[in-house]
Amino acid sequence: MIVVDGDKCTGCGVCVKACSFDALELVEKLAVFDDGKCTYCGVCISACPTDAIDMERKPQTADVSAYKGIWVFAEQNGGKLKNVVFELLGKGKEIAEELGEELCAVLVGNKVEYLPKVLASYGADKVYMIDGEVFENYSTDGYKSAISMLITKHKPNILLFGATHVGRDLAPTVAAHLGLGLTADCTGLSIVEDKYLLQTRPAFGGNLMADILTPDTRPQMATVRPNVMKRPEPEEGRECKLVKEDFQINPRNIRTEILEVITGGVEGEKPVEEADIIISGGRGVGAPENFDMLKAVARSLKGTIGCSRPVVELGWMPKSRQVGQSGKTVSPTLYMACGISGAIQHRVGIRNSDIIIAINKDREAPIFELANLGVIGDIFKILPLLASELEKKSE
Amino acid sequence: MKFVVCVKQVPDTTEVEVNKETGTIIREGVPSILNPFDEFALNVALKVKEKVDAHIVALSMGPPQAEQALKKCLAIGADEAILLSDRAFAGSDTWVTSLVLARAVRKIGDADIIFCGQQAIDGDTAQVGPEMAQHLGLPQVTYMEEVEEVGKSNVICRKETDEGYVRIKCKLPALLACLATSDFEPRIPNIRDIFRAKKKPLHQWNMGDIGGGLEEYGLEGSATQVIKSYAPSERGDCVMVDEPPEAAVKKILEFLSDQGVIG
Repeated sequence: MIVVDGDKCTGCGVCVKACSFDALELVEKLAVFDDGKCTYCGVCISACPTDAIDMERKPQTADVSAYKGIWVFAEQNGGKLKNVVFELLGKGKEIAEELGEELCAVLVGNKVEYLPKVLASYGADKVYMIDGEVFENYSTDGYKSAISMLITKHKPNILLFGATHVGRDLAPTVAAHLGLGLTADCTGLSIVEDKYLLQTRPAFGGNLMADILTPDTRPQMATVRPNVMKRPEPEEGRECKLVKEDFQINPRNIRTEILEVITGGVEGEKPVEEADIIISGGRGVGAPENFDMLKAVARSLKGTIGCSRPVVELGWMPKSRQVGQSGKTVSPTLYMACGISGAIQHRVGIRNSDIIIAINKDREAPIFELANLGVIGDIFKILPLLASELEKKSE
Repeated sequence: MKFVVCVKQVPDTTEVEVNKETGTIIREGVPSILNPFDEFALNVALKVKEKVDAHIVALSMGPPQAEQALKKCLAIGADEAILLSDRAFAGSDTWVTSLVLARAVRKIGDADIIFCGQQAIDGDTAQVGPEMAQHLGLPQVTYMEEVEEVGKSNVICRKETDEGYVRIKCKLPALLACLATSDFEPRIPNIRDIFRAKKKPLHQWNMGDIGGGLEEYGLEGSATQVIKSYAPSERGDCVMVDEPPEAAVKKILEFLSDQGVIG
């Protein structure tokens, strides 16, 4: 329910112009709402110069049966879909089939008309698209309004976001805006009692797993860690229904502005979350220059360098290389942990690796609980030898 | 200016262990600390205060013993502290927690910037900040690493993204969810700071102070429900190698070859 504070409203009419749905008009110099037309996009709240507009937010108890469809937020950056979107479509398809509902992708961006067919090939039955210049870059205000409007209008049962920087900014914003429950950073999703989304997530730094339900609010919302769900094989030429929504926002009503974009990371190397082979180092590596030993192994295996949290805290490696609960979750074919003792926070991030090789001096190191091959030994002796053997092999 | 810094007292999760039979956290002997992300947020607020005249209020929702975390905030440099403590708040999910904090911020009044940690190390949800911003109708910058400039109506910050960083301008008042940078060194209060902190106001607020009904708070007000918790399973099929380097490297190569990683 939108409410206008009559004492603060000056009757300036900015909100009337900002609203895309004619849900506002001025009556005797006071903004008045038509609840039937309002989509709760919230543009008027950020547009109001005197903070006179607010929304009464209460966790809604929805008529659960009126909400249908499994939605996946199709996050893209510069027109390129994030990997996690495909993973979510794969999981979403399973859930959609179990519930007998449609799998839908929600696409917001600028000049992204070529993406629906990509989403279709990964399983989307329908794509909701909002396309416009104002959505070129991600903004909390702009994207929140677009997604909130779509939810209010089309009433999905489930909405999944990737737990990326954007997903973890957008999902709670939409959840609080519409009064919806939200579970963060899920590593498992399933359906229980034929209708509820069971959301599984690690807590207490990965020491504990929790199963969570959202019984009364719809959509049931969750962010999902990248690299946990399996990416499906695309089916070329698969078609989907396209629903274009004409929704525009005046850029003035977006309260943030990006001044400069700086892309980071080690040049010429894949980001860890996309790498197939990761050679990772911990405190045991001893010094930043000793990472050269790991890099030599990585070169022969065409791998990427990763690291544990202490290494980042010591300033030996950038945060973008950090694997674990407060860093990236990875799912490579091979994860080689060198001089990493394996705190639970680190183990959480590597559990989805196909093979884990751990090299550590300490035979009690917890990393061995998770490894397939555990080598007790000195990385300063083993790694250079391994690098030269691998080099010989590749010649 | 007026800044509100939201903080949480958390168990030091690097020291936490799980009772694998009951699937519960063993709390005995685990120290309670000020959430490191929140400590960083307070530090950011203090840095800004070096440049502009500001009054800093530290705000926390928690059990009575969370007072310790607030005392630390006062010793580090906050000017005033408020503990939101009520049995009615127990069992609140992120939505309710953010509502409680937002109502307190409204009662404090006239906040120009609300600082909070990007996430707490016990829950790791990163939801309370953005949800609070919505309850207050404010713009937000999450993954905020550094405040570069504070103007009358805008703030310019450096924000981490999946691809690197952006410099972003945000209208004030605003909420900044702060992500500790790797070079962050916590301020260690000395005896004089601790002594001075004792003279600073530390208020206790309960449900009556922020308003609202019992049905809005705690488990009853929460949209999400935790139905089960348990210890994560380990893989536990490790083949151990304890041999001299040459032999160990041979084993690694054999293993890589068996697994099809190398030819």
